[in-house]
Amino acid sequence: MIYELLLKPMPWYIAGPLIGLTVPLLLIVGNKTFGISSSFQHICASVMPKKFPYFNYNWWEDGKWHLQLSLGIVLGGVLAALFIPENYVIDLSADTVATLQGMGLTNLSGFVPVEIFTWSNLASIPGVLILVVGGFLIGFGTRYAGGCTSGHAITGMATLQKASLIAVIGFFVGGIISTYLLLPTILN
Amino acid sequence: MRFIIAGIAFGFILIKSEVVSWFRIQEMFLFDSIHMYGVIGSAILVGLIGTMLIKRFNLKDTSGNEINIKPKDNTLTRRYIIGGSLFGLGWALVGACPGPLYALIGSGYLIFIVPLIAAVVGAGTYGVLQSKLPH
Repeated sequence: MIYELLLKPMPWYIAGPLIGLTVPLLLIVGNKTFGISSSFQHICASVMPKKFPYFNYNWWEDGKWHLQLSLGIVLGGVLAALFIPENYVIDLSADTVATLQGMGLTNLSGFVPVEIFTWSNLASIPGVLILVVGGFLIGFGTRYAGGCTSGHAITGMATLQKASLIAVIGFFVGGIISTYLLLPTILN
Repeated sequence: MRFIIAGIAFGFILIKSEVVSWFRIQEMFLFDSIHMYGVIGSAILVGLIGTMLIKRFNLKDTSGNEINIKPKDNTLTRRYIIGGSLFGLGWALVGACPGPLYALIGSGYLIFIVPLIAAVVGAGTYGVLQSKLPH
């Protein structure tokens, strides 16, 4: 019965509040302001020379909790995978399905399109643009902006910070450019 | 240990609610479904109520210390517009933000190690260029 329930997708009105609870929970259990992209900075600081002020701090002392949180997220993914049925298909809106098919994606099963997210695709220009350049922009952009979806869109907005509102508007400016212009071009 | 446990719960929810999905991110930027907006919006609302209660009742953390929410630097603008837009470009291409990158790797989509490494390199590049960039 519980197992059956766990196999089902979690609706937004349950997932959202649980994710939101992370903000006060981390404040109470550890006096930590929720955010994930800082983990990238700590990983860099562990190997980069201290002559750059951005890496000149005690990465283990300050960053240990972020790295533990990140490790936990990986483990949470391992756990969740046990409750993902075979041949999982996300119940996307019909309009999105039509748009994606129009871009030449035929297999919409699983969590990500296998036509893009495969190792062999790293030998192609679209694969490099999406996986490598896209990944680079995630790290560069979040650290430039000082936060990602968790630090700005959730924590920053929940604490009513102007900086985070501006950052989130930026997220959407970039996201809309990628979705409407870059991806259709890259995939063609 | 408590942060690992918090991470496990968070990662589990990210996968089960499908917000780690490239398809869901496209659907969000195409404005075709309430799903992602519902997740982020209700998360903000609960986070807002939670932090307000902490302030209102002057709650302490479990070690008995004053709770201190690290503020963003609200005097700056350019870094949020430029950095935020660059992240947005990457977010829609990869279909994942930093949390989902970690969760997807755990759930077996090992290919996401590539954008994760690229993201760490991106963060390092920012650290090196920081003093030369407008903020």
